[in-house]
Formats: sequence, C-alpha cells, structure tokens
Amino acid sequence: MSDHAALNVAAAGFDAIAEEVSGPRGAKPRRVLSRRNIFLYGTLILIAVYYLLPLYVMFVTSLKGMPEIRLGNIFAPPVEITFEPWVKAWATACTGLNCDGLSRGFWNSVRITVPSVIVSIIIASVNGYALANWRFKGADIFFIILIVGAFIPYQVMIYPIVIILREMGLYGSLWGLVIVHSIFGMPILTLLFRNYFASVPEELFKAARVDGAGFWAIYFKIMLPMALPIFVVAIILQVTGIWNDFLFGVIYTKPDTYPMTVQLNNIVNSVQGVKEYNVNMAATILTGLVPLIVYFASGRLFVRGIAAGAVKG
Amino acid sequence: MTTRQNGRPSQLFRNLNAKIASIPMVLTALVVFLGGTAWTVLYSFTSSKLLPRLNFVGLDQYERLWAAPRWMTAIENLAIYGFLSLIFSLVIGFLLAALLDQKIRFEDTFRTIFLYPFALSFIVTGLIWQWLLNPDFGFQGVVRQLGWESFTFNPLYNAEIVIYGILIAGLWQGTGLVMCLMLAGLRGIDEDIWKAARVDGIPMWKTYLFIVIPMMRPVFITTLVIIASGIVRVYDLVVAQTSGGPGIASEVPAKYVYDYMFAAQNLGQGFAASTMMLLTVAIVIVPWAYFEFGRRRHV
Amino acid sequence: MRYQFMTAAFAATVALQFTGPAAATDLEVTHWWTSGGEAAAVSEFAKAFNATGNKWVDGAIAGGGNTARPVMISRITGGDPMAATQFNHGRQAEELVEAGLMRDLTDLATKEKWAEIVRPKSLLDGCTLDGKIYCAPINIHSWQWLWLSNKAFEEAGVPVPKNWDEFVAAAPALEKAGKIPLAIGGQPWQNSGAFNVLIPAIAGKDVFLKVYQDKDAEVAAGPEIAKVFKAADDARKMAAKSNVQDWNQATNLVITGQAGGQIMGDWAQGEFQVAGQVAGEDYTCLPGLGVNELISTDGDAFYFPKLDDPEKTKAQEVLASTMLNPKTQVAFNLKKGSVPVRADVDLTAANDCMKKGLDILAKGNVIPAVNQLNTEDTNNQLNDLFVEFFKTPSMTPEDAQKRYADIIAAAE
Repeated sequence: MSDHAALNVAAAGFDAIAEEVSGPRGAKPRRVLSRRNIFLYGTLILIAVYYLLPLYVMFVTSLKGMPEIRLGNIFAPPVEITFEPWVKAWATACTGLNCDGLSRGFWNSVRITVPSVIVSIIIASVNGYALANWRFKGADIFFIILIVGAFIPYQVMIYPIVIILREMGLYGSLWGLVIVHSIFGMPILTLLFRNYFASVPEELFKAARVDGAGFWAIYFKIMLPMALPIFVVAIILQVTGIWNDFLFGVIYTKPDTYPMTVQLNNIVNSVQGVKEYNVNMAATILTGLVPLIVYFASGRLFVRGIAAGAVKG
Repeated sequence: MTTRQNGRPSQLFRNLNAKIASIPMVLTALVVFLGGTAWTVLYSFTSSKLLPRLNFVGLDQYERLWAAPRWMTAIENLAIYGFLSLIFSLVIGFLLAALLDQKIRFEDTFRTIFLYPFALSFIVTGLIWQWLLNPDFGFQGVVRQLGWESFTFNPLYNAEIVIYGILIAGLWQGTGLVMCLMLAGLRGIDEDIWKAARVDGIPMWKTYLFIVIPMMRPVFITTLVIIASGIVRVYDLVVAQTSGGPGIASEVPAKYVYDYMFAAQNLGQGFAASTMMLLTVAIVIVPWAYFEFGRRRHV
Repeated sequence: MRYQFMTAAFAATVALQFTGPAAATDLEVTHWWTSGGEAAAVSEFAKAFNATGNKWVDGAIAGGGNTARPVMISRITGGDPMAATQFNHGRQAEELVEAGLMRDLTDLATKEKWAEIVRPKSLLDGCTLDGKIYCAPINIHSWQWLWLSNKAFEEAGVPVPKNWDEFVAAAPALEKAGKIPLAIGGQPWQNSGAFNVLIPAIAGKDVFLKVYQDKDAEVAAGPEIAKVFKAADDARKMAAKSNVQDWNQATNLVITGQAGGQIMGDWAQGEFQVAGQVAGEDYTCLPGLGVNELISTDGDAFYFPKLDDPEKTKAQEVLASTMLNPKTQVAFNLKKGSVPVRADVDLTAANDCMKKGLDILAKGNVIPAVNQLNTEDTNNQLNDLFVEFFKTPSMTPEDAQKRYADIIAAAE
C-alpha cells in the first residue's frame, strides 16, 4: 500500500466529515413562516444586533465631527460625513513629538507578526505531532507543565523573560520578540495540534511505519498535507493574538519598532485637552482591521479546523 | 529513522527524533514556565525593590499582601468575574451553537457576526465598551434623550457594579469562540444518536442535556482551558475600560502584580502576589491536567 | 556583586546589537510627556538638541509614568537601554544608579558648574550618590496649586474665592449652577496628590515634615491630620460628579468652566496656555491653596544609561548640557509651566502664576517633594488608599486615617 493511496483515502474521509458537518440536526423545516422559524430567526437576529452594535457605533462615531459627537446620539448616523478622523488616526495623530499616527506602526506589526506566526506554528505543530504519535517517557510531564503555563499571567513572566533574553543577548531584537510570542503561543497551539494529530487514523501511521518512514518523513509526507484545517486555526489564533499584543510589544521593543497596538495606546492616551472620540474610534478600527479581515475571509475554515482540533481528545 | 529494529542500544536514543523535535517544548516548560516560576517564588521571600536581590524577609510580603484591601478587592473581583464569565460563556456559547445547528439559512453570516469580536484585542474591546457605557454619550445618555430622564445604567462609574460592566465587555469578546468550539462539537455528534432519540420520543432539550453534552466532553475540556486561562490573566480589559476604578473597585490580581512590580517598585510584593496566583492555579489545574492529559492511552 | 557581573555580561551583548549602520548621533529619549502642553515643551528640547547637529529620537510613551516606567526599567535592566530617560525627582531611579546602570555625569557637572547654578541645592542632592552626580534636573514643579475657573464662578454668581475655605463655601452655588465644584480625575496619583497638598495647607509645614520626613505615625494618627481628612472629605463631596480619568481632562473641565477648580501641580498651567487662556483674566491660581504659601520642589530629571558606543556617549553629554543651557531652560519651562532649575535666567516672559511661584521660591518657602521623602512603594500604597477614599462615599475619614497611619508606620 503506497503512502499516496492512504493519503487520498484519508483526505476523502476528511472531506466527507466536512460535508456531513454542515448537515442538519433538527427536523427539516417545511414552512418558511412556522412559529419555530420566527422564534429561531428572531432570536438570532436580536443577538446579532447586540454583537454588531459596538462595531456600528465605532464606525459611525469615526465619521462624525467632534461637535456632533458632543451633542448627538451615539447611535445616530452622521449628519455630515467626515473622513478627517481617519486621516488623522492614520497619518497625523501625535504622541510626544511623533505626529505620524498609526502608519509607522503598521509595518512594524507586520514585521513582528509574520515571523512570530511562522516560528510559533512550526514549533507547536512538531510538538503536537511528537506528543500524539511518538510519545516518549516523560513527554506528558512537559505537556502538563505547558498546559499549566497557559494559566500563568503574562505580567508574572515579564521579569524572568527580561533576564532570559538578556542572557541570550536577544533583548530588544526582533528575534527576542519572536521567541516570546512562540513561548506564550505554545500551550494552546500544542494542545490543538496534539488533539488533531491524535485523531488521524492510526492505521495510516502504522502503514507508514511499516514502509520504513521515520519521524520527519511521516510528518512531512502524511501529517502536514492532512493538517490544513488545524493550520488555518493556528494561523488565525496567532495572527490575532500577536497582532493584538500590547504588553510584549511595548516592553520588548523600542520606539522605532513599536507595533500598531502601542501606537494605538499612545494615540488614545495622549489626550490633548478633550478626548477625540472620533479619532480614537478610527484608530481602533484601523488597528483591528487585519485580524478582522483574517476572520471574515477564513470564516468556514475556522470552524472546520476547530472541529478537528478540539473535538477529538 | 527509529532504532527499534536494531535492538535497544540505549533508552536515551529511542525515539531520538521525537526528542530532538521536542527540545523547544522541553526548554519552554523547564526554563520559562518552571524556572520562571521557581525564580518568582524564591524572590517573593525577599525585600527586592526595583531590582531582584536576595535579602530574605521570610513571609513579610505575604502578610502585607493579605492585609492589603486592594488585594482583597482584586481577589473578590476575580472570583465574581471568573465564576460568572465561565458560566455565561459556556451557556451562551452553547445556546448560540445549538441555535446555529438548527439547519438555518445564512449560518455563515451569523457565525461570523458572533465570532468577529474575538478578532479584536482586549484593549480595543475595553475602549469600545467604555464608550458605550459612558454615562453621557452611551446607553444611559441615549435613553435619557429619548425622554426617560431617570434611567440609570452607569456600571463603569458605580463601584458596586463596575465588575459587571467589565463582564459585559468580556462576554461580548469571548463568547463567539466558545460558540465555535461548541458548534464544532455538535457537528461531531453522530446523526444516528439524534435519530434514535427522536424515535424514542425524547424531547430535544433532554437530548441535548443528557445525551449530547456528556458526549461533548473533550470540547468542554478544550473550551474550559481556553476560557479559564483567559480569566486568570484578565488585565488589559480592565486597564482599557476602567483602569481599576472607580477607586479600586475593579482591580484584578494581575494588575496588582504588575503595579507593585513596576509602578511601586516593590518586586517582592509583586512576586508574592504572583505566587499566590500561581499557587491557586496549581491547586486547581495540576491535578486536573494530570488526569486529563497524563495517563492517556494511545489513541 | 552579582549585578556587576551581569552588567559586564550584558554590556557585551549590547555591543553586538548596536553594530548597525545607524548614525552615531541619533539619541533615543524616552519620557511620558504627551499632553498638549507637555508635548509643546519637549519639542523645545528636541529643537535645541537637533540644532547641535545631533538627532533627538522621540520615545514618548503615553499613559503616564506608571505605564512608561516599567518599559524604561525593563529596557535598562534588559541591556537595551535608551540614550536618555525621564524620571521624577526622587527615588525612582535610585537602584538603577546603585546597580551601575547609569552614567556618571560628574565631569560634565563640574565643568559646567552645576553645583553653583542649580537651585535649590536639594535638586542636585537628589541626583547625587556617593559624591557623584547621575542625573540632570531640568525643572521645578510644585504640587500646591488650586486652579480656578473665573467663568464658572461668574456664572454661579459668586466671587472667585481667595482661599480653600471660601472655595468650599462657594461649592453649593457652583452646584446649583450645574457645575462640578472640584475636578479630580480617576487616576490614583491625582487623589493622593490632592491630599498631600491639603496637608501643608491645612496642618502646616511641620506636620507635613513629621509625617513624611520622620514617618511619625503618631502625628499621622493625630488631630492635625484628622483636620486634613475633614478637608479631604469636603473635597470628596465636591468632586463626586467628576467623571473623568486623566488629569488634563480634569483641567479641561476647569478651562471650559464646567468645573469650579482643580487641585493640581503647576504643569496644569501648560494646558491653560495651550488653550489660550490668560492667568488672572480667565483663570486664577492660588499657591498653597491660598492658605499657606508653600511650594514643593517636585519635578523631572534626565538620566543617561551607560552605553558602549563612544559617539552616543559623547552625544549624551551634549544633550545633558543642552538641557541645562539657559536658553533651553527658559523655552522649555515656559511651555511646561514649571520653573527653571537655574536662577540666572531671564524670566520676564513668565506669566502671573509663574511669577507667584518664583517669588515663593525666592523667599525660600519650600518643602521637599513627597517623591523625595517616600519610596514609590509607599506612594503607591497612598495612591491605593486615596483613590478608594475619594471614590467611596461610604468610607469614613476616621477609617481612612487609621489606614493612613498604618502606611506611614510601615514606611521606610
């Protein structure tokens, strides 16, 4: 039996699960306007409004001028649409002497996020694979420590990490920050990958072993190609987490390399007289844009991947 | 290549590649999490101020910690926030998932709507809700403008209920993920089980409660890890939304740790507080993690 | 001992990181001056420093000292220091100096005769450890001011008060006119700061010194401080409606006439200036709350972490010298609302309030800054206590005083 055949079988199996996954649970509704449907959609729409309201308010506020905000109703659409706050948030808002808004933080965030996401996912996926399929004595102990580590507040670890990075000579460098993100992303990601790989049919793994494939060969030839859904989940979680990180960004970098969240904090907290809510809201949306796009774009894949990583234990 | 076929040269070299691959994990677990924790605990018995120094003072830092009103408020807040957040996240998340699982149209749209707040950081979440709950501009102000002058909904400026104001924001941000996890779990339940339940005439809510939920154990475990770890670490949300105010009414332990370590330049006190947090985590999590992940048969 | 070793160890790593082609005279300066008046002031420093052919790389961190200091301290102890950094006068950087992480400025200070030009002498003492000077004091701020909005009182139909008691008496009229009598933001330091201003005004200099200098817990529990707590209780009632967080938002309430007054340091003056208001016409300032004309010598100083790059090290000296240059001192301090650290400069451009401050300073009616007397730890405990006191109407002054005395008793 060749690896390829096995792979196809497995892939087909996964697709079948995915198909089935979007299948119904309750009885198929017959009439569109049944009482059940009115209740169901009514509830869903009501809840959806609650979830969308903050985004809506942010958006309309960011398009209003300050006088209108002071007088008006936060839910009212803008009377006079102005893009001034967006321009200001992106390009001219000041912190101290730097008046270039969020713009310079954007590329820094990209430079931090991309390598951090890649490195942390490579490490966690290999970890999860080793834990699920190549268990060695003591591996579980480390895994337990890792899971408990997920509960340690980041603030507690600031000092030990300052010392570790200092001893490694990486303090203040990009790679230092990449390592920090990899460390703190590791517990949850490893858990997800471990669960996912544990759910891969064992016959597949055994067949590959009989064929003489080793640790890395199985990882690259069998596991990786099948692991797309869980990689999508990992990428989403990490992009969001790292893009949104403020604490590590402010402590382990310097002004030249501050990520966007630090700029956001600076803009929001540099009050010049009155709080400019419209600029703050525009800045907030701009900062959240990248993770938001990732979520909107990946929608279905996310649930599929989560299903694979969390359901099978 | 594994060495299995070549007899057993040495215990150490069995499974060598897996061990090599696990080096980052082992280092993280031992050096950062275990080492960092041990270091923190050690220095919690000292009078370190701005820089860590080994001048031991016994349990002084702990005595002071437990006499500090702010610490007690923080613990109390975390207990309220944690308990309610856990319950509500699970209940709301599950209900939303069950609703979405009714073969509805526009499922993708609804799911995206419920999930998108999770893409936003706590800082951003805190800012939005600070604004929505602002007594002059937010809900209260708008309802008053509509004519109901005595309407009062002002959680962020009322010390008694401020923690619930934070809870609203926390739930808004986090329930979407829980819903996704639950939905994934529901989709993993075999269709036959539903059929069987229907044939036996078991009402839907009973099927959920007594058959489906027990079957979703692994999902609940993963969800629990994710929610609970978020609760213990709640910090950014409070800082962005209330900065711990009004007064000290919305303080949380992680903020106490941070403030005393850096703002007060009293590392010993900060470390004592973090040790108490770690100890609580350890008492609850370690035995559970051991049973859950430790003695696991190979799948 | 241990730290010396570590210093050496990471000094080596620092060298590795600075091998980039960056121009040697770019100096990164960190500070937490981000309000309108503050930013205007700091740009004076940057302008003056850039004029020397070097480049000021601004490292502002918004959110106040408590947000910024962790970053500064982590970076200095982590071996990736900035070229210069702000701290308040006092004991905030003490240990960093002891650990040998800060640069010794004694040579420069001797050359430029800091000991002769800097007044009061206590400022330089705060920078001195074992006879060596480690920081450059750049301004004198005082906390003991009451800022009043002339417009608010006019609209309330009462004359602008001349002292604290009149202000308290005018509170009902202000409230009737829909004003917040006293604006206090939610930041903890504003609340403890207001109390610390009330002490010398209500109980006098001696009590202030007994409590904070001698850490006399009996005085702290005694009748004089009880009177201060009574006054704080009045202040609390007057401030009950101020729903703002940042100090300059509170100042803005006074500027716009929504609030009657604010107890705040003279840095508030920078905000009045940015808003185009004139002292005496639009607003009134009462040093020592109009009761006891005493001012403290708070303020800021710049520290220069040890760097390996000789070019940067040289530029650090230029920066320190620029900051104390008479012209820069005047330009900076006029914008910041503070008083220059040197007496030999021309301050004819100063406004009424600043002149009042200069007079008091010249008379020697000064008290040491609370920051110089207390550790940050004690200050933080006071912050926790007073922010709770001011925001919790049910907390009695008696209970608060008991806790206050406990903190003083435990302080070093």
